Amino acid sequence: MREPLLIDQSKQGRKAYCYPPLDLPKGFSQALPPLPKSIQREQLARLPEVSELDVVRHFTRLSTMAHGVDNGMYPLGSCTMKYNPKLSEHIAKMDAFTKIHPLQDVSTTQGSLSIMFNLLEDLSSITGMKWGTLQPLAGAHGEYTGLKMVKAYFEKRGETGRTKILIPSSAHGTNPASAMVNGFEVLSIEANEKGQVDLDDLEAKLDDSVAAVMMTNPNTLGIFEQDILIISKMVHAHGAMMYYDGANMNAILGMATPGEMGFDVVHLNLHKTFATPHGGGGPGSGPVMVNDALRPFLPKPDIQLTDSGYVLDWESEDSIGKVSMFWGNFLVLLRAYVYILRMGSEGLRSASAHAVLNANYVAKRLADVCEIPYGTQCMHEFVISLEEYRQKYGIRAQDVAKALIDKGYHPPTMYFPSLVSEALMIEPTESESLETLEAFILVFRSILAQAKEDPEYVKGAPYSTPVGRLDEVKAIKEPNLRY
Amino acid sequence: MIYPYIPHTDEDRKIMLEAIGLSSMEELFSGLSEDILLSDSVPISQGRTEDEVQRMIDSIAQRNVRGIPFLGCGCYDHIVPSTVEALSSLPSFVTAYTPYQAEMSQGLLQAIYEFQSMVCEITSMDVANASLYDGANAATEAASLMVSAKRHASVVLVSSTIHPFTLQVLQTWAKGTGRTLRLVAEKDGVVDLSLLPSLLDVDCAGLIVQSPNRYGLLESYEGVAEILHEQKALLAISNDPLSLAMQKSPGEWGADVAIGDTQSLGLPLAYGGPSCGYMAVKEALLRKLPGRLVGMSEDAKGRKGFTLTFQAREQHIKRERATSNICSNHALAALMTTIHLSSLGWDGMVEAANQSYAKAHYLAYHLAQLPGMTLVWDKPFWCEFPLVFSDPKRLRKFMQELRNEGIFAGVRLSTLTRQVKDELVLLVAVTEKRSREELELYLAAARRVMK
Repeated sequence: MREPLLIDQSKQGRKAYCYPPLDLPKGFSQALPPLPKSIQREQLARLPEVSELDVVRHFTRLSTMAHGVDNGMYPLGSCTMKYNPKLSEHIAKMDAFTKIHPLQDVSTTQGSLSIMFNLLEDLSSITGMKWGTLQPLAGAHGEYTGLKMVKAYFEKRGETGRTKILIPSSAHGTNPASAMVNGFEVLSIEANEKGQVDLDDLEAKLDDSVAAVMMTNPNTLGIFEQDILIISKMVHAHGAMMYYDGANMNAILGMATPGEMGFDVVHLNLHKTFATPHGGGGPGSGPVMVNDALRPFLPKPDIQLTDSGYVLDWESEDSIGKVSMFWGNFLVLLRAYVYILRMGSEGLRSASAHAVLNANYVAKRLADVCEIPYGTQCMHEFVISLEEYRQKYGIRAQDVAKALIDKGYHPPTMYFPSLVSEALMIEPTESESLETLEAFILVFRSILAQAKEDPEYVKGAPYSTPVGRLDEVKAIKEPNLRY
Repeated sequence: MIYPYIPHTDEDRKIMLEAIGLSSMEELFSGLSEDILLSDSVPISQGRTEDEVQRMIDSIAQRNVRGIPFLGCGCYDHIVPSTVEALSSLPSFVTAYTPYQAEMSQGLLQAIYEFQSMVCEITSMDVANASLYDGANAATEAASLMVSAKRHASVVLVSSTIHPFTLQVLQTWAKGTGRTLRLVAEKDGVVDLSLLPSLLDVDCAGLIVQSPNRYGLLESYEGVAEILHEQKALLAISNDPLSLAMQKSPGEWGADVAIGDTQSLGLPLAYGGPSCGYMAVKEALLRKLPGRLVGMSEDAKGRKGFTLTFQAREQHIKRERATSNICSNHALAALMTTIHLSSLGWDGMVEAANQSYAKAHYLAYHLAQLPGMTLVWDKPFWCEFPLVFSDPKRLRKFMQELRNEGIFAGVRLSTLTRQVKDELVLLVAVTEKRSREELELYLAAARRVMK
């Protein structure tokens, strides 16, 4: 620990903030009875007692022990760590948006409502869907919401026997978890030798007990599922629905839409594709877009444009209900809207084209030093396998990742998807220039070269950080989860 | 053509395409068949410059009208020290993702560890997670935790005095899953826990209650945990965490799970989001906790540091057997709360809570003198109270008259419940931020309408 806990910097009586004195009439304040003893708190809570400068230095120092897109390249596969425009940050801090209460009369929130309404229209166009909701607060929350609607749809039709969700084995862990939370049973679909959905396996598992097939396209190997139209047809022929996980939408903006591919329900991750910051783990936003059949089941309230302006409509009878406290993560929605306004339709298309260009370029330049199991032609990301390095030199994907940290790069996603052993999943995004990619490639190659010559050195990385690799077993055996 | 945020020059593209053996950008998408590739661009507007976007947003922003908010119901206008925005805007906090790589993320991890600690301190619980989406989703996570903690139990008892939106989110959660919510009725504005023994059976996994409740009233949970524990059921208490500077904490009531939303601790109104859900539990429930968890450990040289831990509970490891599907949480909002609490200290938190209490009671006391509106239940409240009007016309006139003075007078309960019986109830929230002048302005306008 380079920076002590703030609680350990405390000194009794020190203050970082002073409230103005209570300015009620003295007589009233003195006569005001306290809370009844029976419901009064007794325990004190231990919070820091420090000066304002102590707070400022503490969190500033902590921020120097963190790495964001603003610090350097962040090729964390499937997370789309692209540049987060400063304009979006600036606009998201405007009083006209931050100081608006969610329960103000709608006549006083027409600005915010118009942004939400128009964002939804744009997202409909981008996904090729017709309707949607902005209420879900993260990608996994979008999955939860979308699957809940699928469930409600089949119950309404009396098809209560549809209890299964089919999910490719390479899918994100949230997919099966979201299905489970909604009471579905999960069946895994195998991949074929091209890393795509195995149609025979799919056919074998499709029957009238399947509610939906959840897919990411391109998939987590960065490969476009070329049979997608056939798959949609097969799934629809069995009366089931097609669910699109938008985690990899950054590969196809303006080039193709989930709607045209035959998907019935789509969630997007605004914090990936639409350049809103990840905030050290959130908040994100996971809008869900649907076709006509699922529209009646959208969460309430729905934003509608009427003669008297934008309104929140609560009338929908078949709605699954609310999925979050208010209307969604408005400040995240606002940032995404600003990004779309800046980029426009051609700009978004160009973003995807350059994301794919960057990924293919890096893949090509690494192909002679490491295995890329499903080929170098990829979409916005690709997965390498370091299995050979493990067998020959005892070097694991994790070791290469840690060595990258010493060179100032955030490592790629490790050990995912599980069908590739010693996997590193690399997603450069369109934000990185040729020079940055070149520098990354040279560093990556030098680490692999060093792995052969001096594997012990690589296994000991990182060397430049405040701490080395932490003992994860100790963290569980002797839990220390709070001060 | 140059597009924003894409650094490539024509020469770059040429070099890169050549390196991968392609002759055009279009060929990058050769894996997509003709039937899938869009022939036209998607029908959204063309790109704009920074200045054009700013002007457009400025014009839209004018259609938002601000007033002096006496609005609450889960979202409150408290004083926030300037440290919160300044420090939570530091780029390496804002533009990082989940701290999977501990060595390079010690700052983020330590901030989360401090957040977890503060949540534990305030709720008097043992372990807190790194945050959840919001207060309503913290309730669904609590319900899931209860159901998974007791074998064959599928019923969750829910107080009918919890926030109407939280109840709606819970109803959505239960829908289509075979789990049921069983409502505990209210009496005189608070949950009627004398009904508990008759509602509680072997199918019940636990009880969720809320204080301050949907009317702003404070509830007592004396002896409730014991009754539930006899049936192996759990108690979850949802709070506005700032109120815990005054009222008994979940730990003091013997609760197993503490939930809520830290919006009142350093977060802006922001039209309702992002806010920040939290959950803290008794140690025995550690492995049932949803979401991320940061712990302290040490490296080979004995240096102490922080890392994500107990990850075997989570979706990226356990997939369909995880405790929850949550992946992204509300980390940056949790950081804002951590900075807020670091600035306030416990004394500051108590001061904010006490002043909110005093100011709310000042306004309530004087409004109660006026004809046509009453404070119906003689129950303790903290910073929000229910005014019941004698007729709907007067209520509308009251709200309009105050609006003309630039005051948002309160939230009609029926806006949340969509029920006719709630149309006469106005919920008024008063925080420490409301000045004496603002309180007097409210009272003067109220006296004009309700004479």
